[in-house]
Amino acid sequence: MAILSLQSVSKSFGALKVSDSVSFEVQPGEALGIIGPNGAGKSTLFNLITGNIAPDQGKVLLDGRDVTRLPPMERVRAGIGRSFQIPQPFVHLSVYENLLVAARFGGEVGAAEAPGFCMDILAQTGLAAVAEKPSGGLPLLQRKRLELARAMATKPRVILLDEIAGGLTDAECGELIATIKAIHAEGTAIIWIEHVLHALTSVVGRLMVLNFGRMLMIGAPDQVMASPEVREIYLGIEA
Amino acid sequence: MTPSRPLGLIAAFAALAVLYALPAIAPRALVQDLFGVLTLLVLALNWNTLAGFAGLVSVGQQAFVGIGAYAMFAAIILMDLNPLVGVLIGGLAAAAFALPMAFFAFRLNGAYFAIGTWVVADIARLGISQWKALGGGTGTSLPKGTAKDMAFVDRIKAALDVSSAAAADALTYWLMLTLAVAMLVAGHVFLRSRMGLGLQAIRDNETAARSVGVDPVRLKALVFLLTAFGTGLCGALAFIQITRVTPDAAFSVIDWTAFVIFITVIGGIGTLPGPIVGAVIFYALQRLLADYGTIYLIVLGCLGIAVMLFARRGLWGVFTGRTGIDLLPLTHRPPKSAAPQPQASRRTA
Ligand SMILES: Nc1ncnc2c1ncn2[C@@H]1O[C@H](COP(=O)(O)OP(=O)(O)O)[C@@H](O)[C@H]1O
Ligand SMILES: [Mg+2]
Repeated sequence: MAILSLQSVSKSFGALKVSDSVSFEVQPGEALGIIGPNGAGKSTLFNLITGNIAPDQGKVLLDGRDVTRLPPMERVRAGIGRSFQIPQPFVHLSVYENLLVAARFGGEVGAAEAPGFCMDILAQTGLAAVAEKPSGGLPLLQRKRLELARAMATKPRVILLDEIAGGLTDAECGELIATIKAIHAEGTAIIWIEHVLHALTSVVGRLMVLNFGRMLMIGAPDQVMASPEVREIYLGIEA
Repeated sequence: MTPSRPLGLIAAFAALAVLYALPAIAPRALVQDLFGVLTLLVLALNWNTLAGFAGLVSVGQQAFVGIGAYAMFAAIILMDLNPLVGVLIGGLAAAAFALPMAFFAFRLNGAYFAIGTWVVADIARLGISQWKALGGGTGTSLPKGTAKDMAFVDRIKAALDVSSAAAADALTYWLMLTLAVAMLVAGHVFLRSRMGLGLQAIRDNETAARSVGVDPVRLKALVFLLTAFGTGLCGALAFIQITRVTPDAAFSVIDWTAFVIFITVIGGIGTLPGPIVGAVIFYALQRLLADYGTIYLIVLGCLGIAVMLFARRGLWGVFTGRTGIDLLPLTHRPPKSAAPQPQASRRTA
């Protein structure tokens, strides 16, 4: 059974249709990439999946169960973890405490195991050295890593990553890819919105293209990128 | 950790020892004065957790003081129970009232929440005024000798060689002091617990908190309930010492909420030692300006406004900011052993 499934999900902001009858499925352990121009409705799609925004129409199913009416905190506990495109750290808490909240609540990790569990993730995401720093003072790169680390700490079965590779150097991007591959290798399903195409295609098995809230195509990355329609939009992004 | 922290703790314990010894060494008037200050401190510790940590700026805490006091009076007068059991019943009654109150007030946000709690408190005052068995609008007194007949009063009387009334004052003073210490410890334990961590996350970013599994409404409701219990206990104990209750006195927004807000804001809202600092300043002003009537309240008000404008985290916040000393930090430190070797602990399959 699909771990996550969207059925004709639509959402408008006023006259602007940001999600137009979107339907797709993600299998357990699968990695799906999402591309599309700015304003296409990619982040909104994540918000619909996590429950931060309620759809006007359509359903979101997790393990075949309708979760459309569940609030975000219950969807996290049910296994949907997310990062925010614009990092949203708990600024007065340390990096370590940011993960601790996520592990204790979303991940339902016990008090005894939580410290070691969080430190493992911090090590894996290259944040161990700044564990005790207040997260509010971190530079952008480390904020983005914190988004990833905090999402991991909720013990997701499907993790949603929203543009976490933007603005990284090649070396940093390489590290990030290694981390995401490691998450994937553990069997976590991944949905990853990214403009850095080579990063995306090195991880995902399928690619989805979103444009004006509509799903234009979904399929194998090379097939999708070979489509003239997609090339046109995609060149628009690159330019 | 700074070397000044153990020093601070030693000073705190010394101060506490002096406070406990006070009824044996100080005049009764001082004990009574400090009882009043400690009452405000306990209320401030509760309000600080509510407003400073859970973001619930209630102006209706007098509802819990009043209900706590009246429930205690009912337990003693109508049910003939032990006064200390009455205090406990006062706390429980306040917590019970907090449930429907939260149901109503949690539908409101910000300023509307503040006004909503005030309105509910006033409705409670009007409701209690109808309770004829407890004197209706004019109130009632505890039966003569209730305080003096409490457990231990005889022994305190003999040990300190004072009148029964002074011994009763000493007992209520010790109880209130103990309640203050218990509230401080409970506050610290709670804020360092999983739920306290969740509260701090909500304070920083509610959207992100929900997205990592924290349920804001549930946590805030829990804090509302717990602080109602603490406030009710405090109200009941305060009125054992006062011995007479009226709806206006028990549900006074000035006495039980406005002073408390000033004390918390001046000392440092959202910091654990803040209410203590605020209570000390309140008492110092009261003493210094005792000869000029209620002018200390005007000074207190001005000080409160100045702090709100120029030092949002209060005097304790300024102090920790300048010196780096924090007596009751809420931080969770990462385990030391797991920190190094970023590559080795990678969980790659
Ligand atoms: N909460 C909101 N209210 C109104 N408009 C919004 C809101 N969130 C997003 N939008 C608009 O919806 C469109 C899609 O936004 P978004 O999903 O963030 O796009 P993307 O992530 O693909 O760049 C944009 O035009 C954006 O301005
Ligand atoms: Mg976006």
